[in-house]
Amino acid sequence: MEFVSPEGLRLDGRRPMEMRQIRAEIGAVSRADGSAIFEMGNTKVVAAVYGPREVQNRSQQMSDQALIRCEYSMANFSTGDRKRKPKGDRRSTEISLVIRQTMEACIMTNLMPRSQIDIYVQVLQADGGTRSACINAATLALADAGIPMRDLVTSCSAGYLNSTPLLDLNYVEDSAGGPDVTVGILPKLDKVTLLQMDSKLPIDILENVVQLATEGCKAVANYIREILLENTKQLEYRRGV
Amino acid sequence: MLHNKSFVKKTKAGKVMKQVREHYLRDDIYCGAPFCTACDTSAARLSPSASTILVVDTNVVLHQIDLLENPAIDNVVVLSIVLEEVKNKNMSVYNRIRAICSNSMRKFFVFSNEYHRDTYIKEMSGETKNDRNDRAIRVAAQWYQKHLGGAVKVLLITNDKENKRKATEEGIHAETVESYVKSLDQTALLDLLVRPSSEDVNMEEVEDLRPSKRKIIYNEHKPMSEITSGLHRGIYHQGKLRVNRFNPFEAYVGSESIGDEIIIYGRSNMNRAFDGDIVAVELLPQDQWQEEKSLAIACEEDEDEDDGVHLAPNSADDAPRTVPQQGSTGEVNTAPSRPSGRVVGIIKRNWHSYCGSLDPMPLPAGSGGVAHALFVSKDRRIPKIRIQTRQLENLLDKRIIVAVDSWDRQSRYPSGHYVRTIGEIGDRDTESEVVLIENDINSRPFSSQVLACLPPLPWSVSPEDLSNPIRQDLRGLCVFSVDPPGCKDIDDALHCTSLPNGNFEVGVHIADVTNFVHPGTPLDEEASQRGTSVYLVERRIDMLPKPLTEDICSLRSDVERLAFSVIWEMTPEADIVSTRFTKSIIKSSAALSYVEAQARMDDSRLMDPITTNLRNMNSLAKKMRLRRIQRGALTLASAEVKFQIDTETHDPLDIGMYQIREANQMVEEFMLAANVSVAEQILKSFPLCSLLRRHPTPTREMLEPLLRTAAAVGLHLDVSSSKALADSLDHAVGDDPYFNKLIRILATRCMTQAVYFSSGDLTPPEYHHYGLAAPLYTHFTSPIRRYADVIVHRLLAASLEISKLPPVFQDRLQLTSISDNLNYRHRNAQMAGRASVELHTLIYFRNRPTDTEARVVKIRSNGFFVFVPKYGIEGPIYLTQKGEKGSGEWYVDEEQQKIKKMDGSISYSILQTVQIHMEVVEPQPNRSKLQLTLI
Repeated sequence: MEFVSPEGLRLDGRRPMEMRQIRAEIGAVSRADGSAIFEMGNTKVVAAVYGPREVQNRSQQMSDQALIRCEYSMANFSTGDRKRKPKGDRRSTEISLVIRQTMEACIMTNLMPRSQIDIYVQVLQADGGTRSACINAATLALADAGIPMRDLVTSCSAGYLNSTPLLDLNYVEDSAGGPDVTVGILPKLDKVTLLQMDSKLPIDILENVVQLATEGCKAVANYIREILLENTKQLEYRRGV
Repeated sequence: MLHNKSFVKKTKAGKVMKQVREHYLRDDIYCGAPFCTACDTSAARLSPSASTILVVDTNVVLHQIDLLENPAIDNVVVLSIVLEEVKNKNMSVYNRIRAICSNSMRKFFVFSNEYHRDTYIKEMSGETKNDRNDRAIRVAAQWYQKHLGGAVKVLLITNDKENKRKATEEGIHAETVESYVKSLDQTALLDLLVRPSSEDVNMEEVEDLRPSKRKIIYNEHKPMSEITSGLHRGIYHQGKLRVNRFNPFEAYVGSESIGDEIIIYGRSNMNRAFDGDIVAVELLPQDQWQEEKSLAIACEEDEDEDDGVHLAPNSADDAPRTVPQQGSTGEVNTAPSRPSGRVVGIIKRNWHSYCGSLDPMPLPAGSGGVAHALFVSKDRRIPKIRIQTRQLENLLDKRIIVAVDSWDRQSRYPSGHYVRTIGEIGDRDTESEVVLIENDINSRPFSSQVLACLPPLPWSVSPEDLSNPIRQDLRGLCVFSVDPPGCKDIDDALHCTSLPNGNFEVGVHIADVTNFVHPGTPLDEEASQRGTSVYLVERRIDMLPKPLTEDICSLRSDVERLAFSVIWEMTPEADIVSTRFTKSIIKSSAALSYVEAQARMDDSRLMDPITTNLRNMNSLAKKMRLRRIQRGALTLASAEVKFQIDTETHDPLDIGMYQIREANQMVEEFMLAANVSVAEQILKSFPLCSLLRRHPTPTREMLEPLLRTAAAVGLHLDVSSSKALADSLDHAVGDDPYFNKLIRILATRCMTQAVYFSSGDLTPPEYHHYGLAAPLYTHFTSPIRRYADVIVHRLLAASLEISKLPPVFQDRLQLTSISDNLNYRHRNAQMAGRASVELHTLIYFRNRPTDTEARVVKIRSNGFFVFVPKYGIEGPIYLTQKGEKGSGEWYVDEEQQKIKKMDGSISYSILQTVQIHMEVVEPQPNRSKLQLTLI
């Protein structure tokens, strides 16, 4: 199938190096300590953070650092066919783990010993790149909850179809079965915290694709920073400062 | 720059589903006109001085692609919506329009109207998809007009009346293709036009004014929905229609649902299907299953097509299909077991353009007007095609290309249109061109991008190559090559030295083509497309550009060349002790011809190193050959002929059988051994993606004609295994010396050809090569002229960890498609070679009527086929004249394979020697053919 036309346009009219439109909103769930909605095109994810709070299961408590828990789920209405998905299937367990590990790498857990932080992410609408969107939403929600972090974590995916590296695959491109590289970075520290790939790629092309995905992460980071600054200004304004 | 507009799509495989896809609209899509002031003109494709810009509608691209391919049509804007519609309707037209758009010589510009902010339109409620797309085309045309202002005229070309009317209403200039082409004032272009079907009726009337004669000839094709449900319920069967190459009124449909082939007799049962179409077939009731019709040489119905004289076939793929006889065909009419059927619908057309000439006809009185003519394809499987032309007198004695447009129920023949002229009929260059076109061989010169991949000339081994640790320096060895005389693309060389322990070190050195042809380069793509070099009698069409084939890669004598070597240590008994592979540098000390090599070996006075090595190798080769034959390898024979060509006029001077010497066999033996060793090595490293070559075991049905012939002359052949067959072929000695060879030729003919495949696609037992009795085989030894060998070189290099495996090998589907393409190209190259020999045979006999000896090889009810060993040709001899078929004068004895006169005075039996007269006759002007008659 032709995923990139000879004119250099993808199926949805983007060029290979372009991301989908992103949108973020802070404070979507008022009960939570911090929350955010993050959209990448038609992919829409909500994240809610509770904590730091007392550890529910005493046996899991750690005396030198905070316990991070993460739960990922997909809303039944998030895809076209409304199939009831059993909770805790392999895919969501894996993504939960990925998000937890990625967030753990940037949360300063040693500052909050004997406490736990819960991150809940739910996919409201899925159109490819849910993993990245979840991480971006979780970052925003953590920042909203005021949890100390080393840096923001942002994520973006990239693929390789029709011998062209493509940034931010949507569902159609994702289901082509080609390689799909998801990268998560700490933009200020310039470090990679997540690197996953489906399918296979020759090593020299992989470097290009990872590079492209990293560029995408940086663009997401800029946007997230803007949103956070905007949010802080709003808060300041409400306080009457 | 991004505008997000989601839109809603429905349906997906049965279920109705709402699908939401993003659709970004952009403002950075440019118009492609270099004189435009508003747009970025760096990618502009239209001509700077264009006075008119054409915007074409989908139906124009779909039906008039031949016209668009003509360079007279230029400054065309192709909208992305048009491309998309074309792609959904007809992939081959899509590929052709894409090729035009990417051709830098043509001024075609693709405008992505669907993604442009101003030209994207939403579907209105109640509007069909078609109407929306038509509107989108009009909106885009209007945008162009507004965007470019008065600088140029924007003309919408459409054959859709409704679309044209609406466009005119909206103030867009719109014209039909006909009126636009007429306005160009080039009559030749008009012939390229496809008549719209409304004119078909007129045409029919012109031809036959009596309305009573306008009858329906063919059954209606069933609608697609009915076909699908019929296929589901098992009343229809789907398959690819293959027309018998030797009898166009007989076709086969291989059906998976029946597990057998369905025979279709006659044009009316074929119901307008062409060779290669995917059709739906309905079985006829069993009492209508017809008896053998293939027994007659000539054909049924009113067309008098005749079997010409052809080269003797070399394998079952070339030979006419013979249906195995069930039981004795005596008076008892047993029910034939082969199902026959008729076509009820065509699922996918395989129409393309065909090479041929016009049926000779008198010029119409008022010349210059439109004339109707019948086109006869060179490919006999294709029916005559009716065309209209305004240049009849020019075309009558020309070879032309014609494309098919439609075939309706009232006309006996399909209608088509003229595409282009190749040249005079009978002219050698024209006919060679026809051979190339018919076999889909690309003989165009290499493009500049391809040539840019070549290393600079003069090339010589560089110090880097010498110091490269992967490359072994074998310049000290006494390496030599043995090839046919005059061979310039020498891709193999040999060496043989005796070791102190009494063993021999034997090396096969193959030109290191992959050192120059890197994967992914234009050079590699071109070679992969061409697949193989094609050898015609008078010329060679190279797979790789000449500097590579004849100089840089060719292992010529006394120059240093890069090679890929297979080196064995062998005992004097020719047992392989060890094998190693290495890239190397060699310096050939002699490029011998087979004759020279043979002469050296035979001349007992010569004791120089090359001759000694040759003799050693020859003795090893003999032992290897013997062992191979003991394993059950078949010694097959084919009637290859060789021409002596006049160096100036390129006319054939003499023709004779190709002589095989010991030296040929010696070289062949080592090449086989190298191929086998390489096959083992690559399969060990890459069990799932090696390119191998296999030769399927022939089924009993395929060998049936051979067995019948053998039985008729009182010979028993055991075909239970290749070994048994090889043995019984060895024992088949008749009273004359040629008998054994003849039987071998007939045996060869019953087998299919060996094919390339990817090892991941089949199970190991299927890898077997029947003819060579080898469990594994591949092609490694001729990378200059075969692309398969290039692939194998890369695999071998990767298995030795000299280089990385190119990414292609990770894609199984792509690998399969490469091997399919190689098989297709290989086969076409062979067909082209044979066609070229046939052509030169005809030229040779044009002024040389000859009497010669021939052997009867096939008995038919009205004559028999003879094989002429001296010239390697085969053709029919008629005992009864055409038209008085079935006069009952002759009858066929099926059991003994004899044709006898009723009174018993004369009989001809199979393999009998007859004296024949060969002469070129011209039954119709410009249609010369070789005719065989009994003396």
